[in-house]
Amino acid sequence: MPGKMITGQIAEIPGPQKALIIQSAESVVAMIKRASRPIFVFGSEAKNITTNDVDLINTAIKLSENPKNTIVTTGHTIAEFRRRNGDKVFSMQLMNLGDRLRDPDWGGFDGRGPYDIVVFAGFTYYLEWLVLSGLKNFARGLKTISLDRTYQPNAGWSMGLMIEKEWKDTLEKIVSMLAEVK
Amino acid sequence: MIQLGCEQLPDRDLKLKVDEYSSAIGRLKGLEIDIGKIYSEDWDEVMGPTPWPSVGSLRNWDRKLLSRYKPFYMPFCDLCCLCTFGKCDLTGDKRGACGLDMSGQQSRIVLIAAFIGASTHTAHARHMLDHLINEYGRDTPIEVAVNTGVEAPNIRLVCGLRPKTLKDLKDVLDYVESQIVQLVAAAHTGQEGDNIDFESKVFHAGMLDHVAMEVADIAQISALGLPKGEPETALAEVGYGSIDTSKPVIMCIGHNVLPSIDIIDYLMNNNLFGQVEVGGLCCTAHDMSRYDKRAKVIGPISWQLRFIRSGIPDLIVVDEQCIRTDVIQEAKAIGVPVIATSEKSCLGLLDVTKEESEKIINDLSLKNLDGVLITDPRKVGEVSVKTAMNVWKRRKGEKKFNIDEISEVAKYCRGCGACVQSCPNNLPIDEAVKTAKEGDYTLLVSLYDLCVGCGRCEESCPVDLPIVSMINKSNEKSTILEKFPMRVGRGAIQDVEIREVGQPIVFGEIPGVIAMVGCANYPAGSGDVAKISEEFLKRRFIVLASGCSAMNIAMTNDEEGQNLYQKYPGNFNAGGLVNVGSCVANSHISGAAIKIANIFAKRPLRGNYEEIADYILNRVGAVGVAWGAMSQKAASIAAGCWRLGIPVVVGPHGAKYRRMLLGRKENEQDWKVFNARDGKEAYVGPVPEHLFYTAETLEEAVVMISKLAMRPNDTNKGRAVKLSHYIDLHQKYYGSMPDDLHLFVRRTQDIPFTMRDEVVKILQEKSWVEDKIASPDPTLLDRLVRRRE
Repeated sequence: MPGKMITGQIAEIPGPQKALIIQSAESVVAMIKRASRPIFVFGSEAKNITTNDVDLINTAIKLSENPKNTIVTTGHTIAEFRRRNGDKVFSMQLMNLGDRLRDPDWGGFDGRGPYDIVVFAGFTYYLEWLVLSGLKNFARGLKTISLDRTYQPNAGWSMGLMIEKEWKDTLEKIVSMLAEVK
Repeated sequence: MIQLGCEQLPDRDLKLKVDEYSSAIGRLKGLEIDIGKIYSEDWDEVMGPTPWPSVGSLRNWDRKLLSRYKPFYMPFCDLCCLCTFGKCDLTGDKRGACGLDMSGQQSRIVLIAAFIGASTHTAHARHMLDHLINEYGRDTPIEVAVNTGVEAPNIRLVCGLRPKTLKDLKDVLDYVESQIVQLVAAAHTGQEGDNIDFESKVFHAGMLDHVAMEVADIAQISALGLPKGEPETALAEVGYGSIDTSKPVIMCIGHNVLPSIDIIDYLMNNNLFGQVEVGGLCCTAHDMSRYDKRAKVIGPISWQLRFIRSGIPDLIVVDEQCIRTDVIQEAKAIGVPVIATSEKSCLGLLDVTKEESEKIINDLSLKNLDGVLITDPRKVGEVSVKTAMNVWKRRKGEKKFNIDEISEVAKYCRGCGACVQSCPNNLPIDEAVKTAKEGDYTLLVSLYDLCVGCGRCEESCPVDLPIVSMINKSNEKSTILEKFPMRVGRGAIQDVEIREVGQPIVFGEIPGVIAMVGCANYPAGSGDVAKISEEFLKRRFIVLASGCSAMNIAMTNDEEGQNLYQKYPGNFNAGGLVNVGSCVANSHISGAAIKIANIFAKRPLRGNYEEIADYILNRVGAVGVAWGAMSQKAASIAAGCWRLGIPVVVGPHGAKYRRMLLGRKENEQDWKVFNARDGKEAYVGPVPEHLFYTAETLEEAVVMISKLAMRPNDTNKGRAVKLSHYIDLHQKYYGSMPDDLHLFVRRTQDIPFTMRDEVVKILQEKSWVEDKIASPDPTLLDRLVRRRE
C-alpha cells in the first residue's frame, strides 16, 4: 500500500468475518476488472469529500466515462451530478439499492442481470457499515469493496485508515486505471 | 372470560362456590364457577372478530403485510450471545447451536427492541394509572376531548372495550401486560424460529404499545385536567432563554410527569411559582407544560448534558426513560443534587421515601448525599422546591459553564481524530479544536446545532478533552438568550375535526397526514424537522408533532423571527400544525387514523382490527416520520403504525434499527388487492411503496414522504394532487422528473393539469397503458368482498 497505515484498524467490528485490507491500487483494480458486472455506488457525502479531482462527484463522473462501469448515486445526489453533466450516472435510494443488490433475480439498471461486484464510496461511516452488513449476510455471491477513507469491516475488501493525502493519491490511481477505456 | 357487553360491573371477579347441594334432581358436591368479569351491554356496536387479540390472532394480517413489505436486514452483530452455547457465528447462511439463522436472529433482536419499548410505555401507564386511581379515585370519568364520543380509539379497536372510568383501564393494562410476557417468552432460546413470525410479534408489540400509550395519556388528561383536544392551546416557552437563571432552577428530566406535577402543585400551593423556576427536558417537559404553561420546556432529550453542564440547574429531578444514567456524576460536577423518583431507575441512590422531608432536604443541601430516591410524588414536590432554594443560596455565582478558557483546553489536543470517528455524525471536531487552539472558535460554534449531545467524543478522547462543554461554551452567549413559543400538546383529535377532514383525506384531496414524531438523534441538526414540516405545511398537508420533534419544530425561526407554531394554526385540517404532546400522546396520532375509518367511513371499530388496518392501508394517506428516532420506544411506536398500515420514514440513524420493510415497486404481483365490489383481484400499483424506510438525506425523505402518501383509493382529483406534490418535490430536490410515474398514474385524469405535457412524455417512454392500474374498492381481506362475480 502506498499510504502509511495506522496500526490496527479502528472499527466497529461485527464478528469473525472482517474485510481484507486493500494492499495496493493495482490489486483492487485487477479485482474490479476481472468482474463481469461491476457497479460503483456513490453516497450523499460525495460532494463533501475532497479528492484530487476536487471532490468525489467529479471522481465518479470520471469513472463513468468507461462504459463498462455502472455508476449509481444515492440520496438526492443525482441533482449535483446532473448539474455537472454526469449524465451516465444512475440514481437509486440506498435502501432500495441494498434491497435489490441482495436479490439474485434483479436485472440491474440495464436489465442484463445482477452485478457481481459493488464498490462503495461517499457515505457516512455507519450507513455504509450497515448496508455492507446486509450484503455480507444476505448477498453471499456479491463481492463488496469500500473505497472510503475509513476501514469498513463488513466489506469484502476495504481501504485502511489512511492519512488524507495518501488516500487521495491512492483513489486517484485506482480511478485513473478504471476510467481508462481500452 | 365471559363477555356479555362492554361496561364493566364492579371491579371484582364473580365466584360461585357450592360445597354440597342435594335436590330431587340430583346431588352436587364441590361445584365452583369462576367468572372473571361481567360486562353489561350499553354499546350497540357488534363485537368484531378479534377482541383482546392474542399473539397469533392477527398473524394472517401481518403475513399479508410482510409478503408485500419484505424485511431487509442489516445486522449490527454477526454473533448471537444470548445463551451459553454461544457465541454463535451466524454470518451469511450459518445457523447457531439452537438452529436459528441470521434472519431469525435479526428479527428476534427487532422484537426485543419492540417489546422493551412497549413494556416501557406499559410500565409508565401502570404507574400513572395506579397513582391517579389512588389520588382521584377509580370512578374518575374518562374525559379525553371536547366534541368527542370516541374517547379511546386504540382501546376500542384492540380490546373491544369502551372505557368510562379509570378503573376500566386496569383491565386494558392487565391484557397488555399479559401479552408482553408472551412476546418476551417468544424471544427465549428455542422458541420462535421463523423471521416472519418474529416480525408478526414485533407488530403485536407495536399494537400493544399504542394501547398502553393511550391508557397513560387519557388517564392523565382525564384526571390531571390536561388540554382536551382544543386546537389553540396556550403557548409555552421553549429554550434556555425561557429560564430565569437568577432564581433557583429545578430541572426535571424524563417522561413520567407525576413527580413534576407535585413540584408544580407545591409551588402553586405555597405561592412560590414566581420565586422558583421549574423546567423540563424531553416528554416530561411537554406534560408539565400541558399541566401548567408556566412550566418551561428547556429542550429535547439531547440537551441533558448541555443543560446540566451549563451550571444553570440547582436541582435535577429524574423520572423515567431516556435519562442519562451518568446524571449523578454530571450533577456532582456542578455541585447540585439529584432526586430519582422511579423504582425503574434508582441509579444506586439511597431510598429515603419514608424519611422526614426536613432531613432529606438538609442532607441534599449540605452535600451529605449526592442524591436520593423518593418514590412518593408528594414528598418529591416539597423536597425538590426546598432543596433547590437552599442549593441556589449556596451556589449563587456558580451558575456557569465550569470550564477554563477554550483555547487553553484545546492546546492539549493531539489531533488523533478519534473524536471524529466516534461521533455519530462524524462531525469535524478535530478541525474545530485545532482552530480553537489559536483562539478562533468559529468552527466550534458551527458544531453546536449539529451536535446530538451524546458525549461519545469525550469518551474516545485520549486526553479527556471536555469537547461537549467546549462546544457549548463557545455558544454560551447566543444560546442562553434563546426562547421560542410552542403550543402546548393538545392531546386527542376531536371527532368533529375527523368528520370535517375524513372525506378529503380518504379521497386524497388533502394530500396527506404527516406525523413528525420521535427523538432528537438528528443527522444534521434539529432544524431539519422544521424544514420537513414546513415543506408539507405549505402544501396543505396536515402535520402532527410530538415529543422532541415537536420541541425542535418550535426552535427554528424564519427570517422574520417566527416559528411554525406562530405561522400555522393548531387544528387538524389542511395546513394545520398539531402538537399532540409527549410520547404517550402518539396514541392520538394512530387514534386519528383509526377514527377516520370509524367516524367518517362508519367502519365498526369494536375488536375489529384487521378491517380498520386494511382501511387505513388502502385509504388514509398517513405517513410517520421519525427523523431522529433513537430509542426502543420509537421502535415500538413505529411497529404499531406498521400493523395499522401506516408507513414510517426514519432518518439515517434509523437504519440502526437494522431492519427495513421494503416494497418492490416493479413486482406487479405484490400490489394486488381484492375489489370488494366483485371479489376480483386488481393491480393497484405500489402504494404505499414501503412500510419502514431509512432516508439518507432530508431531501430524499421529503420526496419519499410525499410518495408514500398515495393510496389505492385516491380519487382522480386526489391522485392528481398527490402526484403534483411528488413531481414538484422530485424536481426541486432531484432536479428531474421522477422515472416511476407510470406506476402511479392510473388514467389520464390522474395527471396534474399543469404538468400534463411532461408527464405524458414520460408515460409514453414507459409504454404506459391507461387503466392497467385499477381503481377498485380495495381490500386485502377476502371476507370484506361484498359480492362475487
